[in-house]
Order: sequence, then structure tokens, then C-alpha cells
Amino acid sequence: MNQKTRLEMSIDIPRPPYLRRFGKLTGLNMLATLTGILILNVGCSYGEDQRVANFTEITVQDEFDVNGAPDSSLWNYDIGTRGDGWGNNELQYYTDRPENITVQNGYLIFTARQENFEGSAYTSARILTKDKFEQKYGRFEARIKAPYGQGIWPAFWMLGANSDEVIWPECGEIDIMEIRGQEPTILFGSVHGPGYSAGEAITKRYDLENDRFDTGFHIFGIEWGPDYVNYYVDDVLYNQITPEDLPNPDNWVFNQPFYLILNVAVGGSFVGSPNQETVFPQQMLVDYVRAYKYNGPNE
Amino acid sequence: MKNGRFIYPKITLIAFAASTLFSACEREFSDDVKFATFSNNPEVYIDGFSGGLEYLPFDGSKLDAFSVDPDVKYAGTTSMRFDVPNFGDPSGSFAGAVFPDMGGRDLSGYDALTFYAKATEAATVNEIGFGVDFGENKYRVNAENVRLGTGWAKYIIPIPDPFLLTVEKGMFFYAAGPQDGDGFTFWIDELQFERLGTIGQPKPAIFNGEDLVQTTFLDVQIPITGLTHTINLGSGGNRTVSAAPAYYDFSSTDNEVARVSESGVISIVGTGTATITALLAGVKAAGSLTLEVEGSFQTAPIPPARNPDDVISVFSDAYADVPVEYYNGFFVPDGQTTLGGADINIGGDNVIRYTDLNFVAIKTLNTVNASEMTHYHLDIQVEDQQISDGDFIRILLVDAGPDNVIGTGDDTEASVEFDNQTLVSREWVSLDIPLSDFVGLNTGNLALYFFVSDATISNILVDNIYFYKE
Repeated sequence: MNQKTRLEMSIDIPRPPYLRRFGKLTGLNMLATLTGILILNVGCSYGEDQRVANFTEITVQDEFDVNGAPDSSLWNYDIGTRGDGWGNNELQYYTDRPENITVQNGYLIFTARQENFEGSAYTSARILTKDKFEQKYGRFEARIKAPYGQGIWPAFWMLGANSDEVIWPECGEIDIMEIRGQEPTILFGSVHGPGYSAGEAITKRYDLENDRFDTGFHIFGIEWGPDYVNYYVDDVLYNQITPEDLPNPDNWVFNQPFYLILNVAVGGSFVGSPNQETVFPQQMLVDYVRAYKYNGPNE
Repeated sequence: MKNGRFIYPKITLIAFAASTLFSACEREFSDDVKFATFSNNPEVYIDGFSGGLEYLPFDGSKLDAFSVDPDVKYAGTTSMRFDVPNFGDPSGSFAGAVFPDMGGRDLSGYDALTFYAKATEAATVNEIGFGVDFGENKYRVNAENVRLGTGWAKYIIPIPDPFLLTVEKGMFFYAAGPQDGDGFTFWIDELQFERLGTIGQPKPAIFNGEDLVQTTFLDVQIPITGLTHTINLGSGGNRTVSAAPAYYDFSSTDNEVARVSESGVISIVGTGTATITALLAGVKAAGSLTLEVEGSFQTAPIPPARNPDDVISVFSDAYADVPVEYYNGFFVPDGQTTLGGADINIGGDNVIRYTDLNFVAIKTLNTVNASEMTHYHLDIQVEDQQISDGDFIRILLVDAGPDNVIGTGDDTEASVEFDNQTLVSREWVSLDIPLSDFVGLNTGNLALYFFVSDATISNILVDNIYFYKE
């Protein structure tokens, strides 16, 4: 990353909960972390504008440790099709049935099914923290094993808390994770806002090397501050989006609280329809969702 | 190694020695202990033969079909070139060879054989795979009917369970015949084993993923067929390969009824019901076979001894049979539903079984001249529980005429019908039909031998199909 364009930089040190828990800290990672510390120490002497943000204080976490329906104090459901396939011509009908969403054995399980239901050919689920947990800035992460197959569209994303008052994309959208089921090794991280939405969203794809997103768990996260969104997968920072990346930097709409959304869509403009090879049911497993407070940059 | 299943006695011995050492002395391994290891060289052919690689053409193939091509290559300095012969080429009817490393290699760290390939025209290579070494071929895997284009593309043949391949000799094999009579040339480059990591979601299957139910008998041996393995590629599409039985862990719900050997053959050992299923690397295979065993097979009556000159046999174990092209033509576009064929073998006695019968035909490779014969003999057992009024089996013969071609103007056909006055449920009935009963039939060029029930009778066994002279 170009140091001159960097305003703030997060480091791995305060983020070890998942590293500890899942033993991801291999020798190489450890070396990288140590190197990071060294660079940090050296880096501090480089320039006055180098600041580091910390994300140490958990503001919300769901470890999905209670079997049954998702915790209703945190999660709402979106139900149905909204008449237009949720703006994307998606084919599924969202329900709150345990057949489509349940917590079992420490995992939140989304199940996309091929079944005729209320006029739709597929069912699935979408949950959101709207009006229950909304936060401006911070680190937001989830540990997820993705579904796969043509026409399957899992996502972990955020919308601006004013999404009911203004017309999308005025409220802003941060897509922490989107995967096309037919591209099991590719992740998309994006932001949408006025003048840069849908096909013109600011986005970056990340190709996972020698691995897939549907055969094991991966941690998808963003670190979001006043004028940047950093995109992580596992311990890799793969993109930073700042106002300068927008067609018009004045249209940066990420200075208000946002809420979290998790869903598995079937079909729709981003992925196309399922085909003969698509295996149903498809499941997305979520091990945890965590949010951390933005404490401002360390001076 | 998975499940402690040892492939070669040599390794077993070493492992045994090691464990003895461990338990008997309760000491750490000496620094001098060296476990036998095999090369894990992933390269098969990059720009030349990798160390230990040999070239062994298949019997009957064009021996010089393979060459090293310095002009056409995907990368580096050379590629493997394969020249598939035209139909009728005296040097061989097809191209095909095995490329083994007889020293054996440890492939357990890889998940696929990969290569780049292209052809002179859009072409289909019948088989490409690995695990064939002209020995046991225990861990054979092959992709069938691999479509090649005229531009280089990467191909992936997954290893169903890499942990089994600790001493594999068969690095690569292929077989390709002419297309519509014409030969073609194709090239393969950068042939190697890789750990891709981007392939996943294994979907193994037995019996092509179908759940079958079958009535059978004591002492019958039934090979498990339709062994496939499907993997999702990093590019999103699926790749299905055929895999050898040794990749699967077969199980029977009742070992006192049916048992499965490691080579995938079911032996019926007792009466009752048993269901055969399989796992591949811990993943349940789609498909199963439920066997209902009621007792010993009642064999068809043994045909009387006759002078060989007085018999033309289509299917029997008593006389020498004429070559048969098929026992079931599977005329599905014509509405045929009938399944089965000559697939029962009981202690060397072969029997034809047809299920879901509406009509089915046997076709002899060459036409049969039965003009000197007087009778058409068949043994038929109806397996349906009962034969109702109106149920029938029509024995239909088709003669191709002097031109020996079916579907031309000189064909003749005639049939004789049997109902519950003759046929008996679950008992063999011997039919000796005078050829004169087939009114209007020429018998000099017989080609098709039909069984027709129009689905009134669904399941039959057939044995001892022959013509004879009284």
C-alpha cells in the first residue's frame, strides 16, 4: 500500500481474538505480525501523518451459541420478495422458518432450498440488525463458510441507518463480503452510494489462492473510519476505499450509523439463475459476527 | 495413511517393525531409523520425460502415435504430440499408451493431475487419466470423452482421495480413436500433479447415483458399476471422472446377506435383504443397491447334448455362441423402457435378466443362417408375482434379408405369442417353437431377436437361446 495515500493504518495486534481461537497464527503470520510491529515502530518516525486506529472494544458479538432462532434482541428478518426480488430480480422467498435459518451447534445456518413457496421457486433467509444494532465506524467481521454453485449469492453487508428515509443508494451500502457461487475462489468487497451504485459501485475482487470460500471458514471484515473503509479477508488487507476513489469525493456517505445484514440470495442480476449443476439445498454457516468500536486514531 | 490400509507388504513390514520397536522398547525412534519414502516429484512431462517415466503403448494401438514435438508447445521447449490414426490404419486402430514410473511416487500431497491440451480440430479423446500401470491398476481414474479445442486450455483430473496414492506408478494414460473414421492430432503440455486447493465439494456416486432395488439369488456375484466422482472446479464448473473401486469404502447393511470385496464385487451369501452403499474419503456416495435374496437360483434346464452341427446358439453355456453385438439395444427414442441384459452370473452360468420390460432385442454381430434349422429354443422365467389374463410375451424374429441390412425392403419378421396358459410365474418354461410357426419369416439372415410384452409382464429371466435341427 502506498504510504503517502495512507491516513490511518490498523495493525493486527489488538485483533487477536480470532487468531488465538483458530490457531491461524502460523510461523509465517507470526513473522508478518512481528515485521508489522517493526515497521510500525520505524514507521512512526517517518512522518507526522501516520496514524494507527485500534479496534479493541467489542460493541456487539453473536457467537451463535444458543440453538434455535437467531437472537431476536439483535436480529430482524426480511420476509418475502419485496415484489421485485429485493431490487435485483432475486428468485428466492425469504422466510423465518427453521428450514431456512436456524442456530445449531454454534453456527448460524442459512439454508437456500429449491421448493415452491408463495409463488417463488426457492426459499432462503435474510437477517439484519436494523433498529437493534447500528454503529458508525468500527471493525465489523464475521467468520463464514460460504455456499457454492451457479446462481447462489451469499452476502455479509451493511446499509445506512437512514435507509427508510432516503432512497437507495443515498443511504450508502458497504458490502463486506459478496461471493458468486459459480466463482468459489473469488470475493467482492464494495461500497455503493450516490453516483457509484450497482454496476458502478466501487468494488474490488480478491482471488483466494489455493483455496476456496466454500470448503472452509474464512473471516470477512472491514475496518471503517471517518474517511476510509479497509477490506480484510482472514489476515489479508486487500483493499482500501477512500473518498478519493469516488467519482465525486463529496458523495462519501459513510459518516452515519450503519446496520448489519446477512443473507443468501438465489438468482438475480449479480449471479444469474441456478442451473442443472447447482446443488440444493445450499448452506451458509456463520460462526460469529462481531463489531468493535472505533476508538479514533492513536496519536 | 488412511485407515492403516497398506498397499504393499514392504511398507506393512516397516510399519510393523516400527510399531514393535515402539511398544517393545518404549523408546524414541533412533535417529538412524529411515522410513521408506518415494519420490513426490509432481512433474510428469514438462519439456521432456520426468525422471523414471516410461512409455508403454496399449496392445493394438498405433505404436508410434506419441512423439515429442519441439515446434508446438504451450510453454517451454517441447510438448507431447499424439497422432490418432484414421480408421483402417494398418499400424493400429487407435492411439493409446500408459506412462508409468515403475519406481512409484508419493502423490498424496496433490489433489489433481493437470495439463494443457489442444487439437488440430475440435476433437474428443476417449479417455485421459492416471493410475494405470499394466499391473493392478488399483487406483485408476479417468475422464471420459474429453473435448479438446483448437486453442490451449487447462484440464483438471481430480484425485478422489490423495491419501491413498503413497506409492503410485501410473502417472498418465490416454486412449483416443478416430472421429467418424478420421484421425487427428492433439498435444499435451505441462503435464503434472498439483495441489490446487481450488477444487472441492466432492460428490462421489455408485450405480451412477441411482438407488436400485433388485431381487437376486444365493451365490450370485454382482459387480458395482457406475463408480464416478464429481468435483467442483475453481472456475465453477463440475468435472466428473470414473474412479476405481479401491477409492471407495463399500458397506453392506447385512454382511450375512451380501458382502462387498475391495474390488467392488458383491457376493450374495445368505437370504434376506441388504443394502450396499459406499463412502469416498468420508463422503457418502450417492446411489445404492438394495438386494432381496429369497434363496438359491433355480437354474434353467440344461439343454440336451446335441451335435454341434445341429445347433446355432445365440446365448447359452451349453453350446458355443455366435458373436452378439448387444443383449439390449436400449432403443429409448423408440419408447423402450426395458433395462438389463446378460448381467447375471451364477457360478459360471450366465443368465439374461430384463426388467421394466416392454420390448427388447438381442442383435447378433453377423446375421444367422437358420434355414437348415427346425426349431427356436428359449428358456423363460417370468419373475412377476402373477401372470394375469391378457398378459403375454411375444417372441419376435427379424430377418435382414439377403442384403444383411435391417431397414431395407427385403426384411421379414414374424412372431409367436405366449400367455398364462404356457408361462408360469417364477418357474422356468422351455419353449421349443417350430420355425414354421413364424409364418412369412425368411430364416437365412436372422439379425434381431425380440421379446415383447407391451409392459403386461415386466420382469423376465432368459437362458438358452438357440436354433436346432431335429
